[in-house]
Amino acid sequence: MAGTAAVAVTSLTMISQAQPNANPAPAAALMKIAFTVNGTPRALEIDPRTTLLDALREELHLTGTKKGCDHGQCGACTVLVGGRRINSCLTLAVMQQGAEITTIEGLGTPEQLHPLQAAFVRCDGYQCGYCTPGQICSAVAMLSEVQAGIPSHVTADLNAPAAWSEAEVRERMSGNLCRCGAYSNIFEAIQTFAGKRP
Amino acid sequence: MRPFTYERARTPAEAAAAAKRHAGAKFVAGGTNLLDLMKLEIETPTHLIDVNGLGLDTLETTPEGGLRIGALVRNTDLAADARVRRDYGVLARALLAGASGQLRNMATTAGNLLQRTRCPYFYDTNMPCNKRVPGDGCAAIGGFTRQHAVIGASDACIATHPSDMAVALRVLDATVETIGPDGATRRIPLADFHRLPGDQPQVETALAAGELITAVTLPRPVGGAHFYRKVRDRASFAFALVSVAAIVQRDGSGRVALGGVAHKPWRVEAAESEMTKGARAVVARLLAGAKPTTENAFKLKLVERVLAAVLAEAKGARG
Repeated sequence: MAGTAAVAVTSLTMISQAQPNANPAPAAALMKIAFTVNGTPRALEIDPRTTLLDALREELHLTGTKKGCDHGQCGACTVLVGGRRINSCLTLAVMQQGAEITTIEGLGTPEQLHPLQAAFVRCDGYQCGYCTPGQICSAVAMLSEVQAGIPSHVTADLNAPAAWSEAEVRERMSGNLCRCGAYSNIFEAIQTFAGKRP
Repeated sequence: MRPFTYERARTPAEAAAAAKRHAGAKFVAGGTNLLDLMKLEIETPTHLIDVNGLGLDTLETTPEGGLRIGALVRNTDLAADARVRRDYGVLARALLAGASGQLRNMATTAGNLLQRTRCPYFYDTNMPCNKRVPGDGCAAIGGFTRQHAVIGASDACIATHPSDMAVALRVLDATVETIGPDGATRRIPLADFHRLPGDQPQVETALAAGELITAVTLPRPVGGAHFYRKVRDRASFAFALVSVAAIVQRDGSGRVALGGVAHKPWRVEAAESEMTKGARAVVARLLAGAKPTTENAFKLKLVERVLAAVLAEAKGARG
Protein backbone atom coordinates (compact mmCIF):
# COMPACT_ATOMS: atom_id res chain seq x y z
CA MET A 1 0.00 0.00 0.00
CA ALA A 2 2.82 2.42 0.91
CA GLY A 3 4.36 1.79 -2.47
CA THR A 4 1.09 2.49 -4.20
CA ALA A 5 0.66 5.76 -2.32
CA ALA A 6 4.19 6.83 -3.22
CA VAL A 7 3.52 6.11 -6.86
CA ALA A 8 0.26 8.03 -6.70
CA VAL A 9 1.96 11.07 -5.16
CA THR A 10 4.71 10.96 -7.75
CA SER A 11 2.16 10.73 -10.56
CA LEU A 12 0.21 13.69 -9.21
CA THR A 13 3.38 15.75 -8.98
CA MET A 14 4.26 14.85 -12.54
CA ILE A 15 0.81 15.77 -13.77
CA SER A 16 0.82 19.16 -12.02
CA GLN A 17 4.28 19.90 -13.40
CA ALA A 18 3.32 18.79 -16.85
CA GLN A 19 0.06 20.72 -16.96
CA PRO A 20 1.31 24.10 -18.25
CA ASN A 21 2.54 22.34 -21.39
CA ALA A 22 -0.18 19.72 -21.67
CA ASN A 23 -2.13 21.65 -24.30
CA PRO A 24 0.40 23.82 -26.10
CA ALA A 25 -2.02 24.77 -28.89
CA PRO A 26 -4.24 27.79 -28.17
CA ALA A 27 -7.89 27.14 -27.45
CA ALA A 28 -9.82 26.77 -30.67
CA ALA A 29 -11.86 29.74 -31.86
CA LEU A 30 -15.59 29.47 -31.17
CA MET A 31 -17.88 28.64 -34.07
CA LYS A 32 -21.48 29.58 -34.75
CA ILE A 33 -23.92 26.74 -35.26
CA ALA A 34 -27.70 26.56 -35.69
CA PHE A 35 -29.98 23.55 -35.60
CA THR A 36 -33.45 22.60 -34.43
CA VAL A 37 -33.93 20.68 -31.20
CA ASN A 38 -37.38 19.25 -30.49
CA GLY A 39 -38.88 21.70 -32.96
CA THR A 40 -37.21 24.78 -31.49
CA PRO A 41 -34.50 26.62 -33.50
CA ARG A 42 -31.29 26.89 -31.46
CA ALA A 43 -28.17 28.94 -32.16
CA LEU A 44 -24.90 28.37 -30.32
CA GLU A 45 -21.36 29.66 -30.34
CA ILE A 46 -19.18 26.76 -29.33
CA ASP A 47 -15.73 25.18 -29.33
CA PRO A 48 -15.59 22.89 -32.41
CA ARG A 49 -14.57 20.03 -30.10
CA THR A 50 -18.02 20.00 -28.50
CA THR A 51 -19.92 16.81 -29.27
CA LEU A 52 -23.63 16.98 -30.01
CA LEU A 53 -24.13 15.20 -26.67
CA ASP A 54 -22.23 17.86 -24.71
CA ALA A 55 -23.98 20.66 -26.62
CA LEU A 56 -27.37 19.22 -25.68
CA ARG A 57 -26.49 18.68 -22.03
CA GLU A 58 -24.08 21.48 -21.16
CA GLU A 59 -25.18 24.30 -23.51
CA LEU A 60 -28.92 23.63 -23.94
CA HIS A 61 -29.40 21.97 -20.53
CA LEU A 62 -31.36 19.09 -22.06
CA THR A 63 -30.03 16.54 -19.61
CA GLY A 64 -32.43 13.75 -20.53
CA THR A 65 -29.82 12.51 -23.02
CA LYS A 66 -27.24 10.64 -20.97
CA LYS A 67 -23.48 10.29 -21.21
CA GLY A 68 -22.50 6.70 -20.54
CA CYS A 69 -19.28 5.54 -22.19
CA ASP A 70 -18.80 8.59 -24.47
CA HIS A 71 -17.36 6.20 -27.11
CA GLY A 72 -20.39 4.82 -28.97
CA GLN A 73 -20.41 1.55 -27.07
CA CYS A 74 -23.40 1.92 -24.72
CA GLY A 75 -26.15 3.83 -26.55
CA ALA A 76 -27.17 5.98 -23.54
CA CYS A 77 -26.68 9.12 -25.66
CA THR A 78 -28.96 7.97 -28.51
CA VAL A 79 -30.93 10.83 -30.12
CA LEU A 80 -32.78 11.15 -33.41
CA VAL A 81 -31.33 13.29 -36.19
CA GLY A 82 -33.75 13.66 -39.09
CA GLY A 83 -35.68 10.78 -37.52
CA ARG A 84 -32.66 8.42 -37.55
CA ARG A 85 -31.08 7.17 -34.33
CA ILE A 86 -27.42 8.03 -33.79
CA ASN A 87 -24.91 8.12 -30.92
CA SER A 88 -24.76 11.84 -30.06
CA CYS A 89 -21.34 11.30 -28.43
CA LEU A 90 -19.73 10.44 -31.77
CA THR A 91 -20.71 13.50 -33.77
CA LEU A 92 -19.60 17.08 -33.34
CA ALA A 93 -22.23 19.77 -32.82
CA VAL A 94 -20.65 21.75 -35.69
CA MET A 95 -21.31 18.77 -37.98
CA GLN A 96 -25.06 19.11 -37.32
CA GLN A 97 -25.60 22.54 -38.91
CA GLY A 98 -29.26 22.73 -39.98
CA ALA A 99 -30.14 19.31 -38.52
CA GLU A 100 -33.48 18.44 -36.94
CA ILE A 101 -32.70 16.80 -33.62
CA THR A 102 -35.14 15.02 -31.34
CA THR A 103 -34.21 14.11 -27.77
CA ILE A 104 -36.19 12.27 -25.11
CA GLU A 105 -37.59 15.68 -24.02
CA GLY A 106 -39.12 16.00 -27.50
CA LEU A 107 -40.80 12.60 -27.43
CA GLY A 108 -42.84 13.01 -24.26
CA THR A 109 -43.30 15.05 -21.09
CA PRO A 110 -44.07 13.96 -17.51
CA GLU A 111 -47.65 15.13 -18.08
CA GLN A 112 -47.99 13.58 -21.51
CA LEU A 113 -45.81 10.50 -21.87
CA HIS A 114 -44.92 9.10 -25.26
CA PRO A 115 -46.77 5.76 -25.52
CA LEU A 116 -43.43 3.93 -25.43
CA GLN A 117 -42.50 5.79 -22.22
CA ALA A 118 -45.85 4.71 -20.78
CA ALA A 119 -45.10 1.12 -21.83
CA PHE A 120 -41.70 1.27 -20.09
CA VAL A 121 -43.45 2.39 -16.89
CA ARG A 122 -46.12 -0.28 -17.20
CA CYS A 123 -43.63 -3.07 -17.98
CA ASP A 124 -41.00 -1.88 -15.48
CA GLY A 125 -38.48 -1.64 -18.33
CA TYR A 126 -35.63 -0.30 -16.20
CA GLN A 127 -34.03 -0.38 -12.80
CA CYS A 128 -31.75 2.64 -12.30
CA GLY A 129 -33.16 4.39 -15.39
CA TYR A 130 -29.89 5.79 -16.72
CA CYS A 131 -30.04 3.97 -20.06
CA THR A 132 -33.80 4.51 -20.46
CA PRO A 133 -33.86 7.74 -22.54
CA GLY A 134 -31.42 6.14 -24.97
CA GLN A 135 -33.40 2.90 -25.03
CA ILE A 136 -36.62 4.76 -25.81
CA CYS A 137 -35.16 7.03 -28.52
CA SER A 138 -33.44 4.00 -30.03
CA ALA A 139 -36.56 1.83 -29.97
CA VAL A 140 -38.74 4.52 -31.59
CA ALA A 141 -36.32 4.76 -34.52
CA MET A 142 -35.75 1.00 -34.57
CA LEU A 143 -39.46 0.42 -35.15
CA SER A 144 -39.36 2.92 -38.04
CA GLU A 145 -36.46 0.94 -39.50
CA VAL A 146 -38.54 -2.26 -39.30
CA GLN A 147 -41.46 -0.48 -40.99
CA ALA A 148 -39.11 0.78 -43.71
CA GLY A 149 -38.13 -2.84 -44.41
CA ILE A 150 -34.50 -2.49 -43.33
CA PRO A 151 -33.14 -6.00 -42.62
CA SER A 152 -31.07 -7.04 -39.59
CA HIS A 153 -28.34 -9.57 -38.90
CA VAL A 154 -30.96 -12.16 -37.84
CA THR A 155 -33.40 -11.56 -40.73
CA ALA A 156 -33.61 -14.97 -42.45
CA ASP A 157 -34.46 -13.78 -45.97
CA LEU A 158 -32.78 -10.57 -47.13
CA ASN A 159 -35.38 -10.14 -49.87
CA ALA A 160 -38.48 -10.36 -47.65
CA PRO A 161 -39.72 -8.15 -44.82
CA ALA A 162 -38.41 -9.16 -41.39
CA ALA A 163 -40.91 -11.11 -39.28
CA TRP A 164 -41.52 -9.72 -35.78
CA SER A 165 -39.63 -11.80 -33.21
CA GLU A 166 -37.85 -11.35 -29.93
CA ALA A 167 -34.57 -12.19 -31.70
CA GLU A 168 -35.16 -9.34 -34.19
CA VAL A 169 -35.83 -6.81 -31.44
CA ARG A 170 -32.86 -7.94 -29.35
CA GLU A 171 -30.50 -7.81 -32.35
CA ARG A 172 -31.75 -4.38 -33.45
CA MET A 173 -31.45 -3.01 -29.90
CA SER A 174 -27.95 -4.42 -29.25
CA GLY A 175 -26.44 -0.93 -29.40
CA ASN A 176 -28.20 -0.01 -26.14
CA LEU A 177 -26.70 -1.59 -23.04
CA CYS A 178 -28.54 -1.84 -19.71
CA ARG A 179 -26.14 -2.57 -16.89
CA CYS A 180 -29.02 -3.35 -14.55
CA GLY A 181 -29.97 -6.10 -16.99
CA ALA A 182 -33.62 -5.10 -17.48
CA TYR A 183 -33.58 -6.50 -21.02
CA SER A 184 -36.56 -8.83 -20.69
CA ASN A 185 -38.80 -6.00 -19.50
CA ILE A 186 -37.38 -3.59 -22.08
CA PHE A 187 -38.40 -6.12 -24.73
CA GLU A 188 -41.87 -6.41 -23.16
CA ALA A 189 -42.27 -2.62 -23.23
CA ILE A 190 -41.23 -2.38 -26.88
CA GLN A 191 -43.51 -5.24 -27.83
CA THR A 192 -46.43 -3.72 -25.94
CA PHE A 193 -45.94 -0.42 -27.71
CA ALA A 194 -45.46 -1.99 -31.15
CA GLY A 195 -48.53 -4.20 -30.70
CA LYS A 196 -50.66 -1.10 -30.14
CA ARG A 197 -49.64 0.38 -33.45
CA PRO A 198 -52.33 0.39 -36.15
CA MET B 1 -9.45 16.19 -27.35
CA ARG B 2 -6.75 18.41 -28.87
CA PRO B 3 -7.90 21.71 -30.40
CA PHE B 4 -8.49 21.81 -34.15
CA THR B 5 -9.95 24.11 -36.76
CA TYR B 6 -12.96 22.99 -38.77
CA GLU B 7 -14.30 23.58 -42.26
CA ARG B 8 -17.09 22.20 -44.42
CA ALA B 9 -15.96 21.27 -47.92
CA ARG B 10 -18.37 21.83 -50.82
CA THR B 11 -16.82 19.67 -53.56
CA PRO B 12 -14.54 16.58 -53.54
CA ALA B 13 -11.77 18.56 -55.28
CA GLU B 14 -12.08 21.34 -52.69
CA ALA B 15 -11.86 18.79 -49.86
CA ALA B 16 -8.76 17.13 -51.29
CA ALA B 17 -7.09 20.52 -51.90
CA ALA B 18 -7.87 21.60 -48.32
CA ALA B 19 -6.23 18.43 -47.00
CA LYS B 20 -3.09 19.25 -48.95
CA ARG B 21 -3.05 22.81 -47.53
CA HIS B 22 -3.25 21.65 -43.90
CA ALA B 23 -0.50 19.18 -43.00
CA GLY B 24 -2.36 17.82 -39.96
CA ALA B 25 -5.80 17.64 -41.59
CA LYS B 26 -8.23 14.73 -41.56
CA PHE B 27 -11.49 14.21 -43.40
CA VAL B 28 -14.51 13.51 -41.18
CA ALA B 29 -17.71 11.87 -42.42
CA GLY B 30 -19.61 9.61 -40.00
CA GLY B 31 -17.05 10.34 -37.29
CA THR B 32 -17.75 7.08 -35.44
CA ASN B 33 -14.13 5.93 -35.46
CA LEU B 34 -12.27 9.25 -35.78
CA LEU B 35 -14.02 11.04 -32.89
CA ASP B 36 -13.59 7.98 -30.66
CA LEU B 37 -9.84 8.09 -31.35
CA MET B 38 -9.64 11.89 -31.03
CA LYS B 39 -11.14 11.73 -27.54
CA LEU B 40 -8.37 9.30 -26.59
CA GLU B 41 -5.80 11.56 -28.33
CA ILE B 42 -4.73 8.66 -30.50
CA GLU B 43 -5.80 10.74 -33.49
CA THR B 44 -4.75 14.39 -33.13
CA PRO B 45 -5.73 16.25 -36.31
CA THR B 46 -5.14 20.00 -36.24
CA HIS B 47 -7.79 20.59 -38.90
CA LEU B 48 -11.01 18.72 -39.72
CA ILE B 49 -12.54 18.80 -43.18
CA ASP B 50 -16.21 17.83 -42.97
CA VAL B 51 -17.05 15.98 -46.20
CA ASN B 52 -20.71 15.26 -45.37
CA GLY B 53 -21.90 17.99 -47.74
CA LEU B 54 -20.21 16.58 -50.85
CA GLY B 55 -23.29 14.71 -52.04
CA LEU B 56 -21.44 11.41 -52.57
CA ASP B 57 -24.40 9.60 -51.07
CA THR B 58 -26.09 7.80 -53.96
CA LEU B 59 -26.06 4.28 -55.37
CA GLU B 60 -26.16 3.94 -59.14
CA THR B 61 -26.01 1.07 -61.60
CA THR B 62 -22.88 1.25 -63.77
CA PRO B 63 -22.90 0.87 -67.59
CA GLU B 64 -21.29 -2.58 -67.07
CA GLY B 65 -24.22 -3.69 -64.92
CA GLY B 66 -22.35 -3.27 -61.64
CA LEU B 67 -23.02 -0.88 -58.77
CA ARG B 68 -21.33 2.39 -57.90
CA ILE B 69 -21.58 3.15 -54.19
CA GLY B 70 -20.99 6.79 -53.19
CA ALA B 71 -18.34 7.22 -50.49
CA LEU B 72 -20.90 8.80 -48.13
CA VAL B 73 -23.61 6.12 -48.43
CA ARG B 74 -24.32 5.11 -44.83
CA ASN B 75 -23.89 1.47 -43.83
CA THR B 76 -27.63 1.15 -43.03
CA ASP B 77 -28.66 2.46 -46.45
CA LEU B 78 -26.17 0.27 -48.29
CA ALA B 79 -27.36 -2.87 -46.49
CA ALA B 80 -31.00 -1.95 -47.13
CA ASP B 81 -30.66 -1.23 -50.86
CA ALA B 82 -32.74 -3.71 -52.88
CA ARG B 83 -29.94 -4.30 -55.44
CA VAL B 84 -27.40 -5.02 -52.70
CA ARG B 85 -29.78 -7.42 -50.95
CA ARG B 86 -30.63 -9.25 -54.19
CA ASP B 87 -27.29 -9.29 -56.06
CA TYR B 88 -24.59 -8.71 -53.43
CA GLY B 89 -26.01 -10.52 -50.39
CA VAL B 90 -22.56 -11.09 -48.91
CA LEU B 91 -22.19 -7.31 -48.63
CA ALA B 92 -25.58 -6.77 -46.98
CA ARG B 93 -24.85 -9.61 -44.54
CA ALA B 94 -21.41 -8.26 -43.67
CA LEU B 95 -22.73 -4.75 -43.03
CA LEU B 96 -25.54 -6.03 -40.82
CA ALA B 97 -23.08 -8.16 -38.84
CA GLY B 98 -21.12 -5.05 -37.87
CA ALA B 99 -21.55 -2.44 -35.14
CA SER B 100 -25.01 -1.32 -33.91
CA GLY B 101 -28.06 0.27 -35.53
CA GLN B 102 -26.97 3.72 -34.35
CA LEU B 103 -23.43 3.34 -35.66
CA ARG B 104 -24.55 1.93 -39.01
CA ASN B 105 -26.78 4.99 -39.44
CA MET B 106 -23.70 7.22 -39.15
CA ALA B 107 -20.84 5.15 -40.58
CA THR B 108 -20.04 5.66 -44.27
CA THR B 109 -18.72 3.34 -46.97
CA ALA B 110 -15.37 5.15 -47.23
CA GLY B 111 -15.02 5.57 -43.48
CA ASN B 112 -15.65 1.87 -42.92
CA LEU B 113 -12.72 1.06 -45.23
CA LEU B 114 -10.51 3.49 -43.30
CA GLN B 115 -11.26 2.15 -39.82
CA ARG B 116 -8.24 1.81 -37.56
CA THR B 117 -7.51 -1.45 -35.79
CA ARG B 118 -9.22 -2.33 -32.50
CA CYS B 119 -5.97 -3.80 -31.10
CA PRO B 120 -6.21 -3.01 -27.36
CA TYR B 121 -2.53 -2.02 -27.30
CA PHE B 122 -3.20 0.56 -30.05
CA TYR B 123 -6.02 1.96 -27.90
CA ASP B 124 -3.95 2.05 -24.68
CA THR B 125 -1.72 5.12 -24.89
CA ASN B 126 0.37 3.85 -21.96
CA MET B 127 1.60 1.01 -24.17
CA PRO B 128 4.13 1.19 -27.00
CA CYS B 129 2.57 0.88 -30.45
CA ASN B 130 4.26 1.28 -33.83
CA LYS B 131 1.01 2.41 -35.38
CA ARG B 132 0.57 5.29 -32.94
CA VAL B 133 4.24 6.21 -32.63
CA PRO B 134 6.38 4.69 -35.41
CA GLY B 135 9.47 3.06 -33.91
CA ASP B 136 7.87 2.87 -30.46
CA GLY B 137 7.71 -0.93 -30.40
CA CYS B 138 4.74 -3.32 -30.18
CA ALA B 139 3.28 -4.29 -26.83
CA ALA B 140 0.94 -6.79 -28.46
CA ILE B 141 3.85 -9.02 -29.47
CA GLY B 142 4.41 -11.15 -26.40
CA GLY B 143 1.24 -9.71 -24.88
CA PHE B 144 -2.32 -11.04 -24.83
CA THR B 145 -2.87 -11.99 -28.46
CA ARG B 146 -6.16 -13.87 -28.64
CA GLN B 147 -7.65 -11.27 -31.04
CA HIS B 148 -4.57 -10.71 -33.18
CA ALA B 149 -3.40 -11.63 -36.67
CA VAL B 150 -2.40 -15.18 -37.54
CA ILE B 151 -1.03 -14.41 -41.01
CA GLY B 152 0.71 -11.57 -42.85
CA ALA B 153 1.88 -9.91 -39.61
CA SER B 154 5.37 -8.50 -39.02
CA ASP B 155 7.87 -7.93 -36.22
CA ALA B 156 6.43 -4.40 -35.98
CA CYS B 157 2.69 -5.13 -35.78
CA ILE B 158 0.26 -8.03 -35.37
CA ALA B 159 -2.98 -6.02 -35.49
CA THR B 160 -6.03 -7.04 -37.53
CA HIS B 161 -8.32 -4.95 -39.71
CA PRO B 162 -11.70 -4.67 -37.95
CA SER B 163 -14.08 -4.15 -40.90
CA ASP B 164 -16.72 -6.69 -41.91
CA MET B 165 -17.77 -4.68 -44.96
CA ALA B 166 -14.24 -4.69 -46.41
CA VAL B 167 -14.10 -8.51 -46.30
CA ALA B 168 -17.26 -8.71 -48.41
CA LEU B 169 -15.96 -6.04 -50.81
CA ARG B 170 -12.75 -8.08 -51.22
CA VAL B 171 -14.68 -11.19 -52.20
CA LEU B 172 -16.75 -9.07 -54.61
CA ASP B 173 -13.63 -7.66 -56.37
CA ALA B 174 -14.57 -4.07 -55.52
CA THR B 175 -12.63 -1.03 -56.74
CA VAL B 176 -12.02 2.17 -54.76
CA GLU B 177 -12.31 5.47 -56.66
CA THR B 178 -10.41 8.50 -55.39
CA ILE B 179 -9.59 12.11 -56.15
CA GLY B 180 -6.23 13.65 -55.29
CA PRO B 181 -5.37 17.19 -54.17
CA ASP B 182 -4.37 18.04 -57.76
CA GLY B 183 -7.80 16.94 -58.99
CA ALA B 184 -6.53 13.69 -60.57
CA THR B 185 -8.75 10.63 -60.10
CA ARG B 186 -7.67 7.00 -59.90
CA ARG B 187 -9.10 3.53 -59.31
CA ILE B 188 -7.53 1.19 -56.77
CA PRO B 189 -8.56 -2.50 -56.67
CA LEU B 190 -9.60 -3.34 -53.10
CA ALA B 191 -6.96 -6.11 -53.17
CA ASP B 192 -4.30 -3.37 -53.31
CA PHE B 193 -6.06 -0.83 -51.08
CA HIS B 194 -5.16 -2.17 -47.62
CA ARG B 195 -1.51 -2.90 -46.80
CA LEU B 196 0.21 -5.51 -44.69
CA PRO B 197 2.04 -3.95 -41.72
CA GLY B 198 5.65 -4.68 -42.76
CA ASP B 199 7.98 -2.18 -41.10
CA GLN B 200 5.51 0.70 -41.57
CA PRO B 201 2.32 -0.40 -39.78
CA GLN B 202 1.21 3.24 -39.48
CA VAL B 203 0.67 3.26 -43.27
CA GLU B 204 -2.53 1.26 -43.62
CA THR B 205 -3.79 2.01 -47.13
CA ALA B 206 -2.58 2.93 -50.61
CA LEU B 207 -4.04 6.44 -50.26
CA ALA B 208 -1.65 9.36 -50.71
CA ALA B 209 -1.74 12.46 -48.48
CA GLY B 210 -4.93 14.40 -49.12
CA GLU B 211 -6.42 11.71 -51.40
CA LEU B 212 -10.18 11.39 -50.89
CA ILE B 213 -12.31 8.31 -51.58
CA THR B 214 -15.27 9.28 -53.78
CA ALA B 215 -16.89 5.88 -54.46
CA VAL B 216 -16.57 2.11 -54.34
CA THR B 217 -17.63 0.20 -57.44
CA LEU B 218 -18.74 -3.41 -57.71
CA PRO B 219 -18.51 -5.45 -60.93
CA ARG B 220 -21.69 -6.96 -62.33
CA PRO B 221 -23.22 -9.61 -60.04
CA VAL B 222 -21.64 -13.08 -60.17
CA GLY B 223 -24.70 -14.97 -58.87
CA GLY B 224 -24.21 -17.93 -56.53
CA ALA B 225 -25.14 -18.30 -52.88
CA HIS B 226 -23.78 -15.53 -50.66
CA PHE B 227 -22.56 -16.03 -47.08
CA TYR B 228 -21.04 -13.88 -44.38
CA ARG B 229 -20.46 -15.95 -41.26
CA LYS B 230 -18.99 -14.06 -38.30
CA VAL B 231 -17.81 -15.63 -35.04
CA ARG B 232 -17.46 -13.33 -32.04
CA ASP B 233 -17.55 -13.31 -28.25
CA ARG B 234 -21.11 -11.89 -28.15
CA ALA B 235 -24.02 -12.65 -30.45
CA SER B 236 -24.21 -9.00 -31.52
CA PHE B 237 -22.28 -5.71 -31.47
CA ALA B 238 -18.76 -7.18 -31.25
CA PHE B 239 -15.78 -7.43 -33.57
CA ALA B 240 -14.99 -10.71 -35.30
CA LEU B 241 -12.65 -13.33 -33.94
CA VAL B 242 -12.87 -14.72 -37.45
CA SER B 243 -15.30 -14.14 -40.28
CA VAL B 244 -15.81 -15.90 -43.59
CA ALA B 245 -17.22 -14.16 -46.67
CA ALA B 246 -18.04 -16.63 -49.42
CA ILE B 247 -19.85 -16.90 -52.73
CA VAL B 248 -20.56 -20.49 -53.77
CA GLN B 249 -21.76 -21.41 -57.25
CA ARG B 250 -24.02 -24.35 -58.15
CA ASP B 251 -21.05 -26.45 -59.27
CA GLY B 252 -19.36 -25.95 -55.89
CA SER B 253 -16.77 -23.49 -57.18
CA GLY B 254 -16.57 -20.10 -55.56
CA ARG B 255 -14.66 -17.41 -53.71
CA VAL B 256 -13.74 -16.88 -50.10
CA ALA B 257 -12.20 -14.09 -48.02
CA LEU B 258 -11.50 -13.91 -44.29
CA GLY B 259 -11.81 -11.24 -41.62
CA GLY B 260 -10.18 -11.17 -38.20
CA VAL B 261 -7.03 -13.01 -39.27
CA ALA B 262 -4.80 -10.34 -40.83
CA HIS B 263 -4.00 -6.64 -41.21
CA LYS B 264 -6.27 -6.60 -44.28
CA PRO B 265 -9.19 -8.64 -45.62
CA TRP B 266 -7.51 -11.96 -46.41
CA ARG B 267 -8.06 -13.61 -49.76
CA VAL B 268 -5.79 -15.94 -51.76
CA GLU B 269 -7.38 -16.50 -55.17
CA ALA B 270 -5.22 -19.62 -55.83
CA ALA B 271 -6.83 -21.34 -52.82
CA GLU B 272 -10.25 -21.08 -54.47
CA SER B 273 -9.35 -23.80 -57.00
CA GLU B 274 -9.76 -26.18 -54.03
CA MET B 275 -13.35 -25.13 -53.26
CA THR B 276 -14.91 -28.35 -54.57
CA LYS B 277 -12.50 -30.42 -52.43
CA GLY B 278 -13.78 -28.99 -49.16
CA ALA B 279 -12.85 -26.58 -46.40
CA ARG B 280 -9.67 -28.31 -45.27
CA ALA B 281 -8.13 -28.16 -48.74
CA VAL B 282 -9.08 -24.50 -49.19
CA VAL B 283 -7.81 -23.41 -45.78
CA ALA B 284 -4.53 -25.32 -46.23
CA ARG B 285 -3.69 -22.94 -49.08
CA LEU B 286 -5.56 -19.87 -47.84
CA LEU B 287 -3.70 -19.84 -44.53
CA ALA B 288 -0.44 -21.44 -45.70
CA GLY B 289 2.44 -19.86 -43.81
CA ALA B 290 0.24 -18.74 -40.90
CA LYS B 291 2.18 -17.95 -37.72
CA PRO B 292 -0.34 -17.98 -34.89
CA THR B 293 0.50 -17.57 -31.21
CA THR B 294 -0.57 -20.16 -28.63
CA GLU B 295 -3.46 -17.80 -27.75
CA ASN B 296 -4.86 -17.37 -31.26
CA ALA B 297 -3.98 -20.69 -32.91
CA PHE B 298 -7.66 -21.58 -32.47
CA LYS B 299 -8.45 -19.19 -35.32
CA LEU B 300 -6.99 -21.61 -37.89
CA LYS B 301 -9.30 -24.45 -36.85
CA LEU B 302 -12.20 -22.02 -36.44
CA VAL B 303 -11.79 -20.71 -39.99
CA GLU B 304 -11.82 -24.26 -41.33
CA ARG B 305 -14.94 -25.16 -39.36
CA VAL B 306 -16.81 -22.01 -40.33
CA LEU B 307 -15.96 -22.52 -44.00
CA ALA B 308 -17.01 -26.18 -43.72
CA ALA B 309 -20.37 -25.04 -42.32
CA VAL B 310 -20.77 -22.53 -45.15
CA LEU B 311 -19.95 -25.14 -47.81
CA ALA B 312 -22.35 -27.64 -46.21
CA GLU B 313 -25.12 -25.05 -46.16
CA ALA B 314 -24.44 -24.14 -49.80
CA LYS B 315 -24.56 -27.80 -50.77
CA GLY B 316 -27.77 -28.35 -48.82
CA ALA B 317 -29.38 -25.39 -50.54
CA ARG B 318 -28.44 -26.80 -53.95
CA GLY B 319 -30.08 -30.11 -53.02
